Amino acid sequence: MSFITRGFSGRSHERDERLPPGQTLVHDFPVLSAGPTPEIDTAEWEFSITTETGGVHSWNWQQFMALPIDEVDTDIHCVTHWSKLGTSWRGISLDTLFENVETQYDYVMAHSYGGYTTNLALDDLLDGKAWIAFEFDGEPLDPEHGGPARLLVPHLYFWKSAKWVRGLVMMGEDEPGFWEQNGYHLHGDPWKEERYW
Amino acid sequence: MQHVDGNAIAGPLAEFFAFDITTAVARCNGCGFVAELARAMVYTSPAGSVLRCASCEQVLATLVESDDRAWFGFSGVSAIEVRRR
Ligand SMILES: [Zn+2]
Repeated sequence: MSFITRGFSGRSHERDERLPPGQTLVHDFPVLSAGPTPEIDTAEWEFSITTETGGVHSWNWQQFMALPIDEVDTDIHCVTHWSKLGTSWRGISLDTLFENVETQYDYVMAHSYGGYTTNLALDDLLDGKAWIAFEFDGEPLDPEHGGPARLLVPHLYFWKSAKWVRGLVMMGEDEPGFWEQNGYHLHGDPWKEERYW
Repeated sequence: MQHVDGNAIAGPLAEFFAFDITTAVARCNGCGFVAELARAMVYTSPAGSVLRCASCEQVLATLVESDDRAWFGFSGVSAIEVRRR
């Protein structure tokens, strides 16, 4: 990918190539949520992957933090037209978490503490495209930002990056999650502007 | 069974969609609490607004708005009671 850094004297209305269509740059990070913020102690926290056989792979915080950690520098795009460039995260790759998971299913429902759900294709979670993130900008993720850990799928609109994630359940068919049942697109690719039904 | 298409309830639906939200009453599917929608708790997230039951916090309804469309979801209510004028 080629990217040319423009000087501060450059014309500011020139469009940044990292911005998908219909997006505007922001420097802050809106934290409004669809419900009360769950306060999850890492001592109680658990993350699991459940397959079609009923097999459950689960990690407590200690086991989770013993996995190899990725540093992730990425742009994020919210469906409400803001993008934030060059955000930095630390997290565990979904490739690592799926290493010993055997499944024939192609879709995943992500479930969060607090009841939120969002659907994803397994292809969108693997090959270095998604993480369970526990650190943002060098600090542990605070509860407002989805801590102790959230899903991070930066190549899709940010509602797919479920805050307070607690598990993934494999699905044979693509079924809509919370926002997807209520107006939003099943997939959510910002470069194709897959915002709504 | 014979059925007709949705146009047949256009009249009553027009009455429904003209209701005054502050007087409409809904029953929560989760805990059975019956209350005016105006008493529900509203959370505003970037993706849309969420109405939650004042008793159990379950989602009652959602509102999503784009530039040219709006979506009303009532996933957590079984029925809505509106006052007739
Ligand atoms: Zn309730």
